[in-house]
Amino acid sequence: MDRTLLVVDDSKLARMVVAGILGRVQPGWQLVEAGNAQEALEIVRQGRVEIVLVDFNMPDVDGLSLIASIRETHPDIPMAVVSANAQDTIIARARALDAAFIEKPLKDDALKAFLSGAALRLKRASK
Amino acid sequence: MTDMGFDLSEIERDALTEIVNIGVGRAATSLSVMIKEPVQLSVPKTELLRRVEAAELLTGFASAGLVSVGQEFRGAFSGQALLIFPEANSFELVRAVLGEGMGLEEVIDLEQEALAEIGNIILNGCLVVVANMLKRGLTMSLPQVTRGSGHAILAAEDGASSLEPVLFLRIEFKVAARDIEGYIALLMDLPSLASLRVLIRGYIDNLGSEAAGG
Repeated sequence: MDRTLLVVDDSKLARMVVAGILGRVQPGWQLVEAGNAQEALEIVRQGRVEIVLVDFNMPDVDGLSLIASIRETHPDIPMAVVSANAQDTIIARARALDAAFIEKPLKDDALKAFLSGAALRLKRASK
Repeated sequence: MTDMGFDLSEIERDALTEIVNIGVGRAATSLSVMIKEPVQLSVPKTELLRRVEAAELLTGFASAGLVSVGQEFRGAFSGQALLIFPEANSFELVRAVLGEGMGLEEVIDLEQEALAEIGNIILNGCLVVVANMLKRGLTMSLPQVTRGSGHAILAAEDGASSLEPVLFLRIEFKVAARDIEGYIALLMDLPSLASLRVLIRGYIDNLGSEAAGG
């Protein structure tokens, strides 16, 4: 089943990288892009996406704070933080929010593994 | 330089070089993944210099102008991490990351923000290793792209701050297939160096106890 993924990153390059990988690993899936937290919250509120990928280091609101906000209203939506900032404390904070951590530079295998897990989780939840 | 009232002992300097080496190794792996080419690294050099002397070293690296992506880090120790290369290499680096399929205009459009993202990934790769090995969290600022001389990049153009002593760590990197070369540099002031020294000693002591415990 094809899914809709939201990528939140202030860097256009980073969003292009996600689009490129998604086209290779899940060509049927749809990608929605947001350049900041506010846009992302609006898209999630409208119920347009099923899976969320969030950059950590963004201006205004950092990725973990955004994930915490989304978690309040969407306790089951699969989410991941994507960052080169793989400090132990940041990975632990992501886990505490029930979000995966995927390291930048993003590789096909790492994103594919997260997406497969997310799809499985969505399938189980719909049963 | 021994007249600045602070320096690291040989073993502390070795430990710091080792930690930074692992950090930069990870940064080079990140760069290599992004451009799909091997990246060669030099051995890190650690020197205690005045800010203006560090700037002169950088300016000597490329007289025609430099580009840097800088990130401030704060925590138990604070400073600045920099990815620096000759301005002439900047376009080639961005093109290498974006891939050959991208048109000239698109590359030009994206250059500035692509540099920031590339710098963010490379510098974080390095700083994360330092933070995790020393078991201290660091807060990283957003990446900032600066163009100009070594003096402009290190804010050493004039005033008292240009004479301030700093710990200056630099590693040269090369991408032979793309004719790209540059530096990864870390800059720390003396108060940070004092805290860093405590953490490095802790790290060295732990190495000893781990070895003793088998």
